[in-house]
Amino acid sequence: MDPTGPAAGRNTLRTGPDDRGHFGMYGGRYVAETLMPVILSVEQAYAEARQDPAFATEFDYYLKHYVGRPSPLYFARRLTRQLGGARIYFKRDELNHTGAHKINNTLGQALLARRMGKARIIAETGAGQHGVATATVCALFGLSCTVFMGRADMERQAPNVFRMKLLGAEVRPVDSGSGTLKDAMNAALRHWVAHVEDTFYLIGTVAGPHPYPVMVRDFQTVIGREVREQLQEAEGRAPDTLVACIGGGSNAIGLFHPFLDDPEVRMIGVEAAGRGLDTGEHCASLSAGAPGVLHGNRTYLLQDEEGQIENGHSIAAGLDYPGVGPEHAWLKDCGRISYASVTDAEALEAFKLCARTEGILPALEPAHALAHVARIAPDLPTDHILVMNLCGRGDKDVFTVADALGESA
Amino acid sequence: MTGERRIARRFRRLRAEGRAGLVTFVTAGDPSPDLSREIVLALPAAGADIIELGMPFSDPMADGPSIQQSSLRALAGGQTMARTFAQVAALRDRDDETPVVLMGYFNPIYRYGVARFVADAAAAGVDGLIVVDLPPEEHDELRLPAADAGLDLMALVAPTTDDARLPRVLGRAAGFVYYVSVAGITGTVSAAVPDIERAVNRIRRTTDLPVGVGFGIRTPEQTAAIAAVADAAVVGSAIVDRIAADLDNDGKPTGDPVATVSAFVADLAAGARSAKRRTADDVGAE
Repeated sequence: MDPTGPAAGRNTLRTGPDDRGHFGMYGGRYVAETLMPVILSVEQAYAEARQDPAFATEFDYYLKHYVGRPSPLYFARRLTRQLGGARIYFKRDELNHTGAHKINNTLGQALLARRMGKARIIAETGAGQHGVATATVCALFGLSCTVFMGRADMERQAPNVFRMKLLGAEVRPVDSGSGTLKDAMNAALRHWVAHVEDTFYLIGTVAGPHPYPVMVRDFQTVIGREVREQLQEAEGRAPDTLVACIGGGSNAIGLFHPFLDDPEVRMIGVEAAGRGLDTGEHCASLSAGAPGVLHGNRTYLLQDEEGQIENGHSIAAGLDYPGVGPEHAWLKDCGRISYASVTDAEALEAFKLCARTEGILPALEPAHALAHVARIAPDLPTDHILVMNLCGRGDKDVFTVADALGESA
Repeated sequence: MTGERRIARRFRRLRAEGRAGLVTFVTAGDPSPDLSREIVLALPAAGADIIELGMPFSDPMADGPSIQQSSLRALAGGQTMARTFAQVAALRDRDDETPVVLMGYFNPIYRYGVARFVADAAAAGVDGLIVVDLPPEEHDELRLPAADAGLDLMALVAPTTDDARLPRVLGRAAGFVYYVSVAGITGTVSAAVPDIERAVNRIRRTTDLPVGVGFGIRTPEQTAAIAAVADAAVVGSAIVDRIAADLDNDGKPTGDPVATVSAFVADLAAGARSAKRRTADDVGAE
């Protein structure tokens, strides 16, 4: 969806993946033969849609009039003053319809599903944000919607379960495994294998088999493209540092990707360190995982010595996934993006900081990004421009935060 | 040895006997390492022509509840890749003829190290590999080292694999072709035999390899029906279910799982042997 495309004739980090979906050694299409034909048909349909100006026009129309884009780029004046260093901007994707960046992607994929003549959508969800964003666009376009959600997550995120049902979606509980996001994704894949003819699988992040990582990225890069324009207007120049949280990595790649070929722009992805990287209870697959193959692609995974996938932990349900998008895996190995991690406790502090200094309740996911911003901003010069993606709002998390603060009080 | 590989030799013998084969699937390490070893050791005498052994994985995306649970039982019992190889080697000490095919997902292989995996598998006496999430688009990184080590990386064909794609899927295949007769997961529904027969014949027009059919084959009668139209019938979930049915709430066997599985496999083998073959020799020979 990038109208300019990578500049021709010079080295670029933005042309990936190759025609088989590989970012270096990562990505690919590791799926059962039963799914290969439908994966190839999604790839074909997306390649055609990507070249079709009418598809982009329709996508842009709904982004503007339905999602409410562009989202503001907001200068966080009091936070900047309090931290005493870099000028901090928030990209306000929490102001989108449904309260997060997720809808950029669900809108794009729903338009593609409609173009392919698929009347039925399935999706996986962990925290329920992607499920709500999927149920929303299905209601908008009159598509049937089934969302797979782990039983444990349904209990933790009951309000989102109710939202999805209000929007007309069927929420199917997943009891296998630990009843969390990875099990929901397994269940969605198992269901898709048996319903490939009429069903489109709407994946929520830049993971899964090719073309999902590139497709979801393309739909999310509207974030970074808007930042470039808005910052040009506000400051007359490009940012110095970009910061975003990373679970699967879709909001981060959406912010980072348009700037990958600007060598002066530093980028930091912030993973969930949970109770600490040394406790084993975290979701930092890039910082503490190893390359492997899961859910259709090769990437960094939380796994044991035998290649069995381990369950992550984060207070932020949206970061609670044992893998990460393959493009991030490649960008980490290239050294283009650096990755940091933030614990549950640090994210909670950042949540409180944001609420009190800026009057914004951030989701616990971007609270991780903010915690890292609070760590680095004081040591940066006052003319250094830092943009953080505030990719979701915190309404969904108030009870989780209340519980956590109650325990520590 | 430059001679015929075990899988090819087994199908040549089956053809000479004028019958189709029975392929039995169990997960290595289910319900415990010791019992699993005994179950597998008893399979050839019970009538299994080819042994398919599952390498347990935490996230078996193409499998239904039966095999998911068997995988989790095996992992809870401490199954490792090294133990799976030891189990194959124990069989090879007694039986140098029955082919062993390891079936599973790529991540445990990748994590073990592909070069080390194929070397250790070959040394243990493994003959073939079925890796569910390694389609032809991605399989070279395993297929080439496996071929060098004398292992057959087998092809999976699904009902969704169309004629245009079939040559790509079968072009580099070895061992026997595994036809997944249901667009779905293991252990759920069964396909109609005429549909399976059409699919098998479609595959035979593209390859000379034997064709085994799996997914949804649960009884001796179904085994017989498949044996009439294919070169082998694969039974997995129904066997695994018998292992599970024998366990108490703590996962301990209440009876004799080796005898239970052997008796069931003997019934399945009788089904396979009873089949009136109507295609393989005609289609295969000419």
